[in-house]
Amino acid sequence: MAESPPDQRPPTPRSWRESPIVQLTLARYREFYREPEALFWTFVFPLLMAAGLGLAFRSRPPEVVKVAVVRELEGSSAAYDGLARDPQLDVHFVDDSAGHRELRTGKVALLVIPATRESIEYRFDDTRPEAITARRLANDALQRARGRTDPVAVQESFVRDRGSRYIDFLVPGLLGMNLMSSSMWGIGFSVVDQRRKRLLKRFVATPMSRSHYLASFVLARLSLLVIEVVVLVGFGAFLFGVPLRGPLAALGLASLLGSLAFGGVGLLVAARPKTIEAASGLMNLSMLPMWVLSGVFFSSSNFPDAMQPFIQALPLTALNDALRANMLEGAGFREMGSEFLVMGAWLVLSFPIAVKIFRWK
Amino acid sequence: MATDRTVTSSTPALSIRGLEKRYGDVVAVAGIDLEVPRGECFGLLGPNGAGKTTMIEICEGLTDPDAGEVRVLGMTHRREAAAIRERIGISLQETQLTEKLTVEETIALFRSFYRHRRPVAEVIAAVQLGEKAKSRVGQLSGGQKQRLALACALVGDPDLFFLDEPTTGLDPQSRRQLWDLIENFKAERRTVIITTHYMDEAEQLCDRVAIVDHGKIIALGTPRQLIAMLGSEHVVEFGLEGFQIEDDDLAVLPGVTKVRRADGRYQFDVAHVHLTIPALLALLKTRQSELTELTTHTATLEDVFVHLTGRHLRDG
Repeated sequence: MAESPPDQRPPTPRSWRESPIVQLTLARYREFYREPEALFWTFVFPLLMAAGLGLAFRSRPPEVVKVAVVRELEGSSAAYDGLARDPQLDVHFVDDSAGHRELRTGKVALLVIPATRESIEYRFDDTRPEAITARRLANDALQRARGRTDPVAVQESFVRDRGSRYIDFLVPGLLGMNLMSSSMWGIGFSVVDQRRKRLLKRFVATPMSRSHYLASFVLARLSLLVIEVVVLVGFGAFLFGVPLRGPLAALGLASLLGSLAFGGVGLLVAARPKTIEAASGLMNLSMLPMWVLSGVFFSSSNFPDAMQPFIQALPLTALNDALRANMLEGAGFREMGSEFLVMGAWLVLSFPIAVKIFRWK
Repeated sequence: MATDRTVTSSTPALSIRGLEKRYGDVVAVAGIDLEVPRGECFGLLGPNGAGKTTMIEICEGLTDPDAGEVRVLGMTHRREAAAIRERIGISLQETQLTEKLTVEETIALFRSFYRHRRPVAEVIAAVQLGEKAKSRVGQLSGGQKQRLALACALVGDPDLFFLDEPTTGLDPQSRRQLWDLIENFKAERRTVIITTHYMDEAEQLCDRVAIVDHGKIIALGTPRQLIAMLGSEHVVEFGLEGFQIEDDDLAVLPGVTKVRRADGRYQFDVAHVHLTIPALLALLKTRQSELTELTTHTATLEDVFVHLTGRHLRDG
């Protein structure tokens, strides 16, 4: 059979705006900013969360702890007087049964039962930090009231530095979490949606380059990333005075690497599923361990040592650690090296696998 | 301007040899040979599930065949996939374009993929979506969405169109608008391969039609040739209540060339309606059978399909 002569018509000249990568990236943007819900979840929601948690955990003098003393026992009134002298304790008398009820429902942190003048029983839940504090304060007050003297003179000076408060811990964690969810959902959801609507198939039947298609998601993410970082970090800095001690360039690189790594994971998760439901399941399955383990709301060092190698290998742990080290401790590129390495590894592994197993048709 | 297509090479637009495709136990394409010359509007007509979509998606390079060879504009997907994609324009059966983009933006996006590009405004005018250029895709009617799909197929200035059921689910007016567009493609000497299960569409648009059933081509020719297979130009169809009548008794009525039953009704191919009907009524009167319905029409491709398979197209 005769071969068809190659197409010899000259290509239509094009401006940069008409190039496929620009057009694909523009389409990504438009899909994003024309979707009010997406704007809310990406930009407003993390701000609300930071504001809410910031208010709840704002710095303030230690709270007064509630303590109850069982009435009409031999040492009741003496114990009451001793406890009442400590301004951090709020003391009241209760009946024995009412006291147990208040303890059980958390109305008081500690129930003091002065059975005789020479012995006292403390009842409390030793897994509640508040109860431990109450027990310590109450015991000190009672022992001192009975004449205990402390051999060493103590002077207390309070340090409430910017950088060591809960909000300072929280803002980098929220930023990390936000970069994770917006990268993974932003890429994963759109890809699966386009596959489900057979748009992907339609694109594949054009001369569109598949790498342009995938790259457009990453490019669109990266520019949204700048907005996300500026909004959340700026919000923390202006409203709560969250410090920015490290070089901003290192902060930028950490956010960029983190986003790319999560973009890769998002693409991996979205590589095969044909339905949004299947993709959502996979997406949550991969993000949930990181929400819990990677130190968003509390330090990941709370988990047992045996789990630490696994936790440290998670991309969100690396991102959160890097962001905190930079913002709170002033870490630069050098100090964040190991975190960069972890995120880089996720990026280098996830992208090629995602491209390899990607379902185009 | 569309490129001048009058100087076309001698290779056919589409040539298929021994094509087969199965999905598990289901044979979707059961050995098809076909050649479509350049500039022809060719229809694949058949009920849903006949294998039309599988065939066309193999031609588009979206599905790999189990056996056989497909040449598109003389090229194969195995060796020249990229070159083929540059020169075909397609519309898939169920693509949903991004609802958040406007008509203009959608066309500009598809346009960016091709080496040869027609101006966006020209393409929008060609599919008569000028007033909707700035509208979001989500706000378009079904017919407008289909015209946009054609615009996306047209923007790369293709030599060959693959249109998979472009008018399914549209109202009559939208269908007519789409037919006009496809007529324009033909006028520009572009080759069009279209699948449909509407016989009137195939008759109206197609130079040649292949009737497809169970993954095979069971008839091939111009609509006129296919209808001529029936041997008569009219069809009388009727249903009876009460006593049924033997086919042999009907076959001897004046003007009848063939009798068949489909879906519980009688159907005649008839040369002269004005002779057949009075004779039929007289016969029914003597047999005391009641007519439940009686229709006559000029023979169509639908009748050809019934003639060949004993089933109606719509019933699948």
